[in-house]
Amino acid sequence: MNVITDKLRVEDNKWIGQRTIRPDGADKVTGRASYAADNTMPGMIWGKVLRSPHAHARIRSIDTSKAEALPGVKAVVTAKDIVDFPLETSVLLGIQDMRWMCRNVMAREKALFHGHPVAAVAAINEEVAVAACALIEVDYEVLPHVIEIEDAIRDDAPILHDFARFEGKPSNIAGTMTAKLGDVEAGFAEADVIVERTFRTRPIHQGYIEPQACTVSYSADGRATIWSSSQGQFMVRAMTSLLTGVPQSNIRAIPAEIGGGFGAKTIIYLEPVALLLSKKSGRPVKMVMTREEVMRATGPTSGSFSTVKIGAKRDGTLVAAKGDFYIQAGCLPGGPLRGPVGCAFAPYDIPHVLSVGYDVVSNRSKVAAYRAPGAPLGAYAAESVIDEIAEQLGMDPLELRLKNTARSGTKAAYGATFAKVTFEETIEAIRDHEHYKAPLDRNPRPGVRRGRGVASGFWYNAGGESSAQVNITEDGNVVVTTGHPDVGGSRASIANVTAELLGVDHGRVSVLIGDTASIGYSNLTGGSRVTFASAMVVTQSAEKVIGQLKERAAKIWKIDPEAVHWENGEARPAGPNAGQFPPLTLADLAARASETGGPIGAGVQLNTAGAEPGFATHVVDVEVDVDLGIVRVLRYTAAQDVGRALHPSYVEGQIQGGVVQGIGWALSEEYLYDRQGRLENAGFLDYRMPVCSDVPMIEAVMLEIPNPKHPQGVRGVGEAPIVPPLAAISNAVHDALGTRFYSLPMSPPKVLARLDEA
Amino acid sequence: MTDIRYLAPRTLDEAVAAFAAAQGAARILAGGTDLLVQMRAGVVRPGLIVDIKKIGEMTEIAETPEGGFRIGAAVPGATLAEHPRFGKAWPGVLEAINLIGSKQVQGRASPGGNLCNGSPAGDSVPAMIAAGAVVTIQGPQGRRTIPVEAVPAGPHRTSLAPGEILVSFTLPPRPAGASDAYLRMIPRTEMDIAVVGLGASLTLKDGVVTDARIGLGAVAPTVLLVEEAAKALIGSRLDDAALEAAAAACRAACRPIDDKRGTIAYRTRVAGVLLKRTVAIAAARAQGGN
Repeated sequence: MNVITDKLRVEDNKWIGQRTIRPDGADKVTGRASYAADNTMPGMIWGKVLRSPHAHARIRSIDTSKAEALPGVKAVVTAKDIVDFPLETSVLLGIQDMRWMCRNVMAREKALFHGHPVAAVAAINEEVAVAACALIEVDYEVLPHVIEIEDAIRDDAPILHDFARFEGKPSNIAGTMTAKLGDVEAGFAEADVIVERTFRTRPIHQGYIEPQACTVSYSADGRATIWSSSQGQFMVRAMTSLLTGVPQSNIRAIPAEIGGGFGAKTIIYLEPVALLLSKKSGRPVKMVMTREEVMRATGPTSGSFSTVKIGAKRDGTLVAAKGDFYIQAGCLPGGPLRGPVGCAFAPYDIPHVLSVGYDVVSNRSKVAAYRAPGAPLGAYAAESVIDEIAEQLGMDPLELRLKNTARSGTKAAYGATFAKVTFEETIEAIRDHEHYKAPLDRNPRPGVRRGRGVASGFWYNAGGESSAQVNITEDGNVVVTTGHPDVGGSRASIANVTAELLGVDHGRVSVLIGDTASIGYSNLTGGSRVTFASAMVVTQSAEKVIGQLKERAAKIWKIDPEAVHWENGEARPAGPNAGQFPPLTLADLAARASETGGPIGAGVQLNTAGAEPGFATHVVDVEVDVDLGIVRVLRYTAAQDVGRALHPSYVEGQIQGGVVQGIGWALSEEYLYDRQGRLENAGFLDYRMPVCSDVPMIEAVMLEIPNPKHPQGVRGVGEAPIVPPLAAISNAVHDALGTRFYSLPMSPPKVLARLDEA
Repeated sequence: MTDIRYLAPRTLDEAVAAFAAAQGAARILAGGTDLLVQMRAGVVRPGLIVDIKKIGEMTEIAETPEGGFRIGAAVPGATLAEHPRFGKAWPGVLEAINLIGSKQVQGRASPGGNLCNGSPAGDSVPAMIAAGAVVTIQGPQGRRTIPVEAVPAGPHRTSLAPGEILVSFTLPPRPAGASDAYLRMIPRTEMDIAVVGLGASLTLKDGVVTDARIGLGAVAPTVLLVEEAAKALIGSRLDDAALEAAAAACRAACRPIDDKRGTIAYRTRVAGVLLKRTVAIAAARAQGGN
């Protein structure tokens, strides 16, 4: 059912669009919510990981005998225990290649970064496990290492992987991706103005508060239960199965409440290791990463080294765009090339585009997804160059964008032909917003300068596999189960949708997240897909339930089910001709379920489609302390097409959260390495994510333009908001200072050094 | 595996005896905001923890007969903030202590711990140095008093002898026209560690500086008393030339390192900027401003 039904007309909605109390709220604020590290079991022991002290080293041998002999040690595992996926054959689970995952979970031939797991121990407590790790003797042949992209792509760079070839030679460029449209050189020949710039960004971490943690119990009958927090219990089951050889049918993955993921928990680190430790020891094994382990050894997102060239006609028509995006993959292939390559120019109708991504490996932890993976890197470069073109042409930057927006029927370089594009609306929303029109006091005090910047962004959004079950309880209430962890308010949104469809009070609907044994397969929570996809399967399930309720009422009334209407939570005869019967409520029908045909409930499993892309346009005011080089964000307004805001507070929260993460990316967050290739700032003190007082209240302008392909008009919202901030803030700093930065973060020493040059 | 003994003596004599007897294997616990973090990180593994929070003298704020204040080494910043008169006399010292960490941390963190942790970046230390605070130390050999700037001996080292415990800070009485201020440069707005920190205490009479002390942190192995900067200010009306001379003295005193928190050039430059800004705040307070 892919149209907005009359029943769901916005003005008639009772629950959709309401800021209802979140189902997970009370447990979270009272400390009752059960996160991954909260699980405990009788007989449980503790696992700890031994990590490489070298950034790059061949592992000649590992001797675990002393560790195994330590009293209290119950099991030791190394790469020998993990299923080996030979380098010759790619085995994919989603976008993850098991050749790299097996080597990421436990170093095999080589330790590829400082902190790479080389062995793990399970012991009666954490202290013994740590002591046992220290007794494991690893014979390393230390190799030269390389950290930065520009060093890794030099001809004389230490090569991480012998199998990787680029242009026929051994290389740290492990792969490329190209998006092409027209003839880019011919396009530049038509241009009156061409701007080409090179940009650098640093890897940054997703910064979720909850460290990775799990408990795994492997029973004597070969069945394993996993308690962990992730962005997909089915991913946990499948990946653990692949890496341990235990069939999926023998693994039950139970999702804990999740304390943030932002993409990083779409892969696993601990679960296969804990399963093998449990299998060897016969005891449940718990593993909890420290913050330092999280920072050192779980994927940040990529740093980048990009060159973008854009050509325009004198009237502002963009005619050609070229991008070369060198993207850090970390130590194993798989950087998010699709983000910059596909998204950088996608908002615009540019006839000639050539966008190439390079997957660069170096001796850093393997990157993991982070909110619109890679897209902010491309947008940073492209949207900064567009700002310069506007400046050179003397055009308002929003007018330049408006002149070039992709529209219905525009073909993007990445391949899609857009159906309905709502980019223009986001630009107009910012152009017409009081913020953009407000005068800016550029020199409010001596030593302080202010500036304003804008930028836009694009994210694909996604559909994919989802399952739902809607059951009516015997007392006439509603339980909805879906199969994806709730990281952004999906339970609250689903409760609103279900209450609306069934016409019952919101308080009578419970929304749960099923484990892998209790609900059908559901793909990851990621790609801004879950509210879109789960609302779709829940809608179809609820419609089936309504059909059943009508049938039950018809049976009781002995009339045709077609003659029954479901309205406001009650079955009523469709009209005078259907007969005169008092309405039957959900509770009435539930009470008589046994006699009318049995339990009432329905489930739907779908590969959902119709997720239209997300567009966003942002404006930001910054203030620069020119004596200290500090940039502060004074005001920020973000406009986005959100389709239908099922639960507006969560939609605003998604937009605000994405912007704040973008502010950190632009101004203060970076991975810093020492000469030995060791991460120097593996903690929140020196890894500077913004705190509350660093950011203003972000104003979220939600444009509710229903997605025609979704029953409630939902469009993914979680990722687009992190795409524009890097360029928007950089453009604002340029506006304030008259000098433009081409690398992030714009940290105080960097800003002050630039001001001193000027 | 690693047994840790915990003692919470009621008297200073007991504390000193236990601390000295442990011969370096012991650590003093006040708020624990450094110690517990260091233990968790595996940086220190004490065999004995001596909790000093049950000792009256270490947790009280007393007004001295001369009109100054004596602050127990374990008094948390939040408690100091609740004192009705301390913040009026020493707003700079108070704001420095309560820039440490978050609200939760400020409920535990103490100036004694901040000083004895020996970090060149400790926020309360430059303010205490500017205030001219004197510390009382008790050890197996008895009591002694030294200026606060004599305590730091290097990164995470102090001049305290084995077995000695820092007991209290004594701040002098405030004459009319005196006040102080503390500023630090941090990349964030809070919950951060100083890249440069500067405390200034001034006394002005008829617009002329009659006394000044400047404490400068995070730019050398220890927090510094910058006497040249004070000299440049004393006798002046805080005119641009005097301020620039004092700023230059602060820059000249810097012996920083390049590290993850800041570069040599950046820290040196910022020391001068903070001198001017902090002195301006202290002067405004001294002349009846906030």
